Parts: sequence; structure tokens; C-alpha cells
Amino acid sequence: MSKLQKAAIKRRDIREAVEQSLRARKRRSWRFRLVGLVAVLTGLLLLAIMFTSIASKGYSAFERTEVLLDIDLEEAVIDPEKTRSEEVLMRADYTGLIKTSLRKLFPQVKKRKQKRALYRLVSTGAGDQLRDRVLQDPSIIGSRVSVWLIADDDLDQYYKHGDSQSRLKDYQLQWVAQLNADQRLRTAFNSTFFTAGDSREPELAGIRGALTGSFFVILITLGLSLPLGVSAAIYLEEFAPRNRWTDLIEVNINNLAAVPSIVFGLLGLAVFINFMGLPRSAPLVGGLVLTLMTLPTIIIASRAALKSVPPSIREAALGMGASKTQMVFQHVLPLAMPGMLTGTIIGMAQALGETAPLLMIGMVAFIADVPTGPLDSATVLPVQIYLWADSPERAFMERTSAAILVLLAFLVLMNLLAIWLRRKFERRW
Amino acid sequence: MTEATIPDASERDEQTVGKPQLEKKVSMSCRNVDVFYGEKQAIFDVSLDIGKHEVLAMIGPSGCGKSTFLRCLNRMNDTIDICRVLGSLRLDDEDIYDPKMDVELLRARVGMVFQKPNPFPKSIYENVAYGARIHGLTRDKTELDEIVENSLARAGLWEEVKDRLDDVGTGLSGGQQQRLCIARAIAINPEVILMDEPCSALDPIATATVEELIDELRQRYTIVIVTHSMQQAARVSQRTAYFHMGKLIEVDKTDRIFTNPGHELTEAYITGRFG
Ligand SMILES: Nc1ncnc2c1ncn2[C@@H]1O[C@H](COP(=O)(O)OP(=O)(O)OP(=O)(O)O)[C@@H](O)[C@H]1O
Ligand SMILES: [Mg+2]
Repeated sequence: MSKLQKAAIKRRDIREAVEQSLRARKRRSWRFRLVGLVAVLTGLLLLAIMFTSIASKGYSAFERTEVLLDIDLEEAVIDPEKTRSEEVLMRADYTGLIKTSLRKLFPQVKKRKQKRALYRLVSTGAGDQLRDRVLQDPSIIGSRVSVWLIADDDLDQYYKHGDSQSRLKDYQLQWVAQLNADQRLRTAFNSTFFTAGDSREPELAGIRGALTGSFFVILITLGLSLPLGVSAAIYLEEFAPRNRWTDLIEVNINNLAAVPSIVFGLLGLAVFINFMGLPRSAPLVGGLVLTLMTLPTIIIASRAALKSVPPSIREAALGMGASKTQMVFQHVLPLAMPGMLTGTIIGMAQALGETAPLLMIGMVAFIADVPTGPLDSATVLPVQIYLWADSPERAFMERTSAAILVLLAFLVLMNLLAIWLRRKFERRW
Repeated sequence: MTEATIPDASERDEQTVGKPQLEKKVSMSCRNVDVFYGEKQAIFDVSLDIGKHEVLAMIGPSGCGKSTFLRCLNRMNDTIDICRVLGSLRLDDEDIYDPKMDVELLRARVGMVFQKPNPFPKSIYENVAYGARIHGLTRDKTELDEIVENSLARAGLWEEVKDRLDDVGTGLSGGQQQRLCIARAIAINPEVILMDEPCSALDPIATATVEELIDELRQRYTIVIVTHSMQQAARVSQRTAYFHMGKLIEVDKTDRIFTNPGHELTEAYITGRFG
């Protein structure tokens, strides 16, 4: 065999060997891709199940049942002295007017107990609804008006979901049937859910208070943790000498990121409330606690972003005679910005969904008023969800799901914001 | 061409061949410079003068310490924690490593162009105006415009970019980027320009442009250029320094080095027996 032939055989052998191993390699990579695909699909499926189950339970909370009543706005009841002053109009007995109207509608109801059951079909908040109507336009006093009033949650649930597990009595159901036949029932957009604070009555409960509380808490958290976290990251990454102390600090920051959040709540209770005497249940304290919790996240993300800035840019700036501070603030920081912002927004999303540490500082109380400042007692969205989930009324169940939907919507919005910011600030180099 | 043909330079302890020192018109003078990276010594006892308005080429095999020595000249080595520089380096009779020396001022006087083009990810205009801005050379917008146009013109880039000064500098081609970096360096009129293999990422045409530019810049500036191309050293430089394993083996007029080298190592390197 000549040298050439030998070489040819060798080449063929190699070819065969490669082809064989190639088949195995392809099979392996195909298998890996399959596993990955299955994992992603499973994740998506679970996510879809979760979303549909929450959405299907929660969407009905965005609608409420209303009852149409004809009400005689008797001047003798509302404003006997014809003063038309706001104070008098505010204090008038509108609930009484509603009751009169209901009695007229169902003259057959005589017994006291039954009358009370009849009144209960309309929400206790209906009086306020009527009052607002009158205050808006006092000239309607003395006339007869038809108003859609908020129904009680039992009627609401029955009308929306049918009679399974309804708490309405049989005689009440008869009245409801009559109302329905007279076309005096309808569902309308539930604006209360977005404009009211918490309430013991499900049909009057809303997320405005919790949203405002969350807003203050997040504002304080962002306002404190962004500047603190970013400056700490810049100092540690760019200026601090590398020695045992900075190593120690680094280890501690990494550990803090893994500390269970409830520990920060205990710390907040001990330091901010017991030692510093700040008010309980206040968004200010909540913001401080969540700042402590998100700081490590922001510092770690920001340091990673600073580290990823190419050294050639640093050398270029220093080579031009820029001082270290100029180099950091004019060149490194703009390039690290997208990473820092992404880290911050992820930290904020974490803070927005956090419950445990806020329970420790008393943000779990029942608070009906919408807070007007960071020192007012308040609760936050996830805690509100926790509170409602604990309530026995069926109507609170759908409100729980609806509140979760709102929270999820905010989280999705924040993550979209993070992506958008990253796209906007990202530059090639 | 085996390793065995390379005489071991670190064993011998002899003086640099040629004329490392100049009598007059000295811009930078280095005496007995040693550089350490931690325990490891990278530069051994180098003494060398760099004359005014000359182009000094530094050649030598990879890892022999050319970049290290170059970076001593504007204290870029300060950015490496483990790097220590001993000996005396002077710029116009000022000690560069004097603790009282401002590195910012030093680097404004001794500019640098890096091997890989590294424009800032900002507009072309901002890239060139940067030095003038941070050193407060001018507050006047028209004056700044003038500086930018002048520098770009001298770097041979003005015609190509004058209509898109607001485009980002990193969007230019490699050769254009390198000329942008040169424009950026000369915009603040340094006394010395250090160039570390400025053409290694460029095609022959861009290389020719940069070489022409270096020749022009010599009228005003002192230039030290590290290069792996013997032809380039021969074309652009007046003096050539040959480094070998951290030692300065030979320095002399470029034509002398390439026609009649005084040291066997130099000869071996330029005739391509290793490197
Ligand atoms: N940052 C550093 N840390 C430790 N050692 C270094 C560092 N930079 C360079 N060295 C070492 O110093 C010696 C000289 O390196 P230098 O970069 O100066 O070589 P060079 O002549 O520029 O090589 P090239 O032609 O490949 O660029 C090398 O042995 C290298 O390993
Ligand atoms: Mg080098």
C-alpha cells in the first residue's frame, strides 16, 4: 500500500468515526432541547392555569349589582327648615327614605323581622350614595327620583352567581324575583372597588387605601434604596481599597440578600418603632423596612453592572487625563445604568409584593380610611389580599382574586418598565 | 528557528548597545527603570532618552515588556494594583513619579493611543471635545467646534465624518475609530503621544493613513510607538529601541538598526530568526 492509499484509508476512518459520534452528539443535543422545551411549556402551562383561575374568580368583582328604587325626596325629612345648608343636607336620614321606598314597593311585607330582611337587600352604603346625589344637586329635593343603588353583597352574589350557597332566605328570594321581573336589577361597573378604602361590608370595600399605602411605601423605598444602594455599589466597586474590611462588607451584603424578609420586619419593629418611636402601621416605617430588605439586591445588581463595563473605556478616560471620579460618573455610570435600573426595579417589584415584614410593624390592622400621607396608618396591597383572604364572606373571595389581579398587573407593568429602560439606555461599545 | 537559537538575555548583564542617551532636546528621560508585577520583574534597569519631535519605535518579541514600559511614561500602570515602578522617569526635568505630580496633568501632557480602538460610546463630536472639556481648555462653543474640526482634520478623519458628528463614535469602522482616538488624543495638544500597536487592528490602507499622520504629527509632538511590524518601524521612526525579555538591548538611529545592528539579538530579531 502506498503512502497515499494509507492516508486515504485513514481519512475515511476519521470520517466514519466523526459521523458516528456526530449522530450521538446530535441525538444528545436534540434530547436536551426537548427537555428544555418541556420545561418551558410546563412553566407556561402552570402560569396559564394560575392566571385563568385567579382571573375567572376575580373578574366578577369588577362588577356590582344595583337596585333601581323610586325615592321620594321629601323636604320634610331632608331639610324641614329649607336652609339648604350643606351641614343639614349631610346629616339627613337618607336611609329612612330608602326604607320608605322599599316598603312602598313591597306593601305586603308587614312583620318587623321581615321588614328588616327587606331593608338588608340594599347596601348600608346606599344612603351615602343618595346623599351624594342630593348634595350634587339640591334642587331635586321635593321631587321623586329613580336611582340605581348598590345592592347588599348577598344579593350581589346571588344575582351574579346564582343560588348555590346563597345566604338569602326564601322570602327574600321571592322579593328578588319580583325586583328582577320589574327590571329593577342590573350589574354595572364596580367603581367602589377602585375608589374606596377597606370596609366590613364587601360591597363597599375597595383597594384605594391599600394602593395608596403601597404607593407611599414604594415611593419611600425607592427614594431611599436607589441613591443609597447605587452610591454604596459605586464606592465599593470603584473607590474602596481591597482589604479585609471591604471583603467583610462584601460577604455581609451577600448574606443579607438571603436573610428571610420577616427578620427585617423584626428589626424594623425593634429599631424604628420601639427605639426611635415612629408610629406603628405607617408607610414611612414600612418603606424603611423594605429599604433595608431591597438594599442588598440593588447593591449586588449595581456592582455587577459596574463590573461589566469594559476596561478599555476606563483606560480611554484615564488616558485622556480624566480623574477617577470623572471616569466613573461620565463613562462608567452611563454604561452601567441599564443594569442598575433593572436591579432596582426587580428590587421594587419584590418590595411591592412583600407581606411578612409589614405584618411585624403593624400594617395589618383594619384601616378604612385612605391614607393621606406617609405617617397615616395604612396597609398595602399584598397585606390587603391577606386580610380579605381571611374573611368568611363569599364576596370577599372574589375581591381577593381581583386585588391579586391588580397586584399582578402592577408587577407586570414594572417588569415591562425594566425591559423598556434597559432597551432605551443600552448602547453598543 | 528553534528556541535554542535564542540566547538567554536575562543571564547577561550588559549595557544597552547604541545610543540610549541624547545630549540635547530631550523630552523624556528614563534612568534605571525597573518594573515589577507583584514579585515578577517585567522591566530590568532600562535607561533611555526620548528626544523632542522624534518618533521612537519600540520593537521586540511578544511579552518583552514594551507595553509595560510605555505605560510607565504616563503612569497608566498606576491602575494596576500590583504594579511597582522603580527608577527615575522625567518629563522636561519633572519627576513623573513624584508624589506631588498630578497624574491628570501628566496624562494631559503625555497622551495615549491604545492597541484596540476605544472611542467612548458617545458622539464623534463629544469624543474629540472630551479632553478640552474636562481640562477646561475652553468655555466657548465656537472655539470648541474649532478644536474638534482641527483635530479631526489633522487625524485625516474630517472629510469622512464632518456630516455626521452627532453619530456615535463606536459606529465607525475600525480604522476610522483608531483615527478618532488619535484625534481625541491630539485635541488637547499633548507634548508626547504614546501609541501601543496603533495599527494592529487595521487594514493596510488605514495603516498607511495612520503612518502618514504620525509623520505629520512629528512636527509638533514627540511620539513613542510600539509596533510588531519592522517595516512600520522603518517607515515612521527616527530611532528604534529593541527590547528583549524586559531589557533594553539596543537603541539607535532606525536606519542603523535595520542595516547594521550592533547586537546579535537585534540582528536575530530583525532578520526574522525569532519573534
Ligand atoms: N497586569 C499584569 N499583571 C501581571 N503581569 C503582567 C501584567 N501585564 C503584563 N504582565 C507581564 O509583563 C510582561 C511584559 O508584558 P507586556 O504587556 O509589557 O509585553 P509586550 O512587550 O507589550 O507584549 P506584546 O507585544 O505581546 O504586547 C509579560 O511577561 C507579562 O506576562
Ligand atoms: Mg503589548
